[in-house]
Amino acid sequence: MSYRIPMGPYHPALEEPYKLELVCDGETVQDAKLNIGFNFRGIEQLAETRNFIQIVALMERVCGICSNTHTLSICQAVEQIAEITPPPRALYIRVIMAELERLHSHVLWAGVAGKLIGFKTMFMTCFAVREQIMNVLQTISGNRVNYAMNRVGGVNRDIDDPAMILAMIGELEKDMVKTVIPVFTTSHSALSRCTGVGVLSEEKARSLGVVGPTARASGLPQDLRRAAPYAAYEEMDFNVPVEHSGDVKARLVVRALEILESCSILRQALSKLPAGEIFTGDESEMEIPEGRGFSRVEAPRGEVIYSVTWGEDTDTPSRVHVRTPTYINMPAVRWMVRGARLADTPLIQASIDPCYSCTDR
Amino acid sequence: MNLWKKLLCYSRRKSPWLFHMNSGSCNGCDIELIAGLTPRYDAEQLGVKHEASPRHADIICISGPVTHTAVNAMKTVYGQVCHPKAVVAIGSCPASTNVFIDSRVLDGPLDRHIPVDVYVPGCPPRPDAILAGIAKAAEILAARAGQEAQPAAAPVAAEEEKA
Ligand code: SF4
Repeated sequence: MSYRIPMGPYHPALEEPYKLELVCDGETVQDAKLNIGFNFRGIEQLAETRNFIQIVALMERVCGICSNTHTLSICQAVEQIAEITPPPRALYIRVIMAELERLHSHVLWAGVAGKLIGFKTMFMTCFAVREQIMNVLQTISGNRVNYAMNRVGGVNRDIDDPAMILAMIGELEKDMVKTVIPVFTTSHSALSRCTGVGVLSEEKARSLGVVGPTARASGLPQDLRRAAPYAAYEEMDFNVPVEHSGDVKARLVVRALEILESCSILRQALSKLPAGEIFTGDESEMEIPEGRGFSRVEAPRGEVIYSVTWGEDTDTPSRVHVRTPTYINMPAVRWMVRGARLADTPLIQASIDPCYSCTDR
Repeated sequence: MNLWKKLLCYSRRKSPWLFHMNSGSCNGCDIELIAGLTPRYDAEQLGVKHEASPRHADIICISGPVTHTAVNAMKTVYGQVCHPKAVVAIGSCPASTNVFIDSRVLDGPLDRHIPVDVYVPGCPPRPDAILAGIAKAAEILAARAGQEAQPAAAPVAAEEEKA
């Protein structure tokens, strides 16, 4: 006989409010239902009442983990409408911020995964390692979470001392290679919780259209930084790690390899950082013409799409539409948990790195 | 105050357990709170423990601008925490609804619904500021441990509607 287990929305085991309903047969999960919308703050509607300076501050607060992605996307979309090209130094700084964000997000995810596996020490270690990245972010931007780096036409703050940041990255990479990655890829207890769990086949991944590390772990080599380069990614040389097994372990490995790739991109960007201005145009005189802008950015969790429409003779947009990666990846969880053990479901659903505050907005 | 009560107050201050509730926040405050519990900031030096059940907790940390969907759950959670309890509002969101002001789906700020003891402003506040807020709340908690009365749970919003 099958029975239902409702979880949430404010359940102790969940990090964010959402509702999960599992249909179980004994210990085996047969189906899962997900209910979201508890974080709905009406941001898309609020955006229609903000001008192009305020909207950047608003969009930054869509998500506290990938805040830079959202400001980058909205700035790119508005720049497309106003036909502004940011100076090369600004583009490089955007790449640096985006990669630092990917680093801290992936390390955070590794910590959460460690906690869900039951490996509390790993959780603490990951957060200790992550503090080094937070140091770099704070040195550059002055804040630890919402950096306020992007603006329409460039970036707000310059990077004055690339050498110091390079040193910090060296330290971080050492920590990652020496502690975090070996534990996750060689520790027997960690591996036995991840291998063969929550499998998403390549075929299913393609038909569901999953994005980001979830897609790359199922053998789909897609990455916007490579496929549709934005900012200064065209000038960077990096690999797109792809795994084929599609289980939780593959997602772990993809993210671990991405951390190392990010370190290498950061090194390149910091050493090639061109001189010059960090923004163009005077914000007090800038006017956004009528038009439609579209921007795609590879966030730590996958592809973020912004579509911005600006009306005639107004200083506010007439529509801002956001599509976040979790929205696309969420339905895949249903296929991953089918047939899994009940105890594995928290780890499986966390393996897509869900962010419900982005998804609900 | 007899000796037993004094001891009770003292121990309250030394081991405040946290329950964290997200009322529609952007995650920024939540990860900073978690960062505060990890080795660098080490909230455990204050005896702080992150607790999964509100019934075991002493301090409720609330982040987020209080969405309509969160209000009832939040009041329930507040009721489930035993006396003495203290409420810490983390971030600018529960204090003023922050950038989300004017949104139609919000029911904030937080003090319309439950009494708030400590505000930690910032978007997000740094983990050390959060810890300072928690330390303050622990002192409030200790003072309350000696009192009989619960802090007023009167939802201010309900009174407003009547008026
Ligand atoms: S105060 Fe800022 S960081 Fe905290 S939840 Fe609100 S918007 Fe996010």
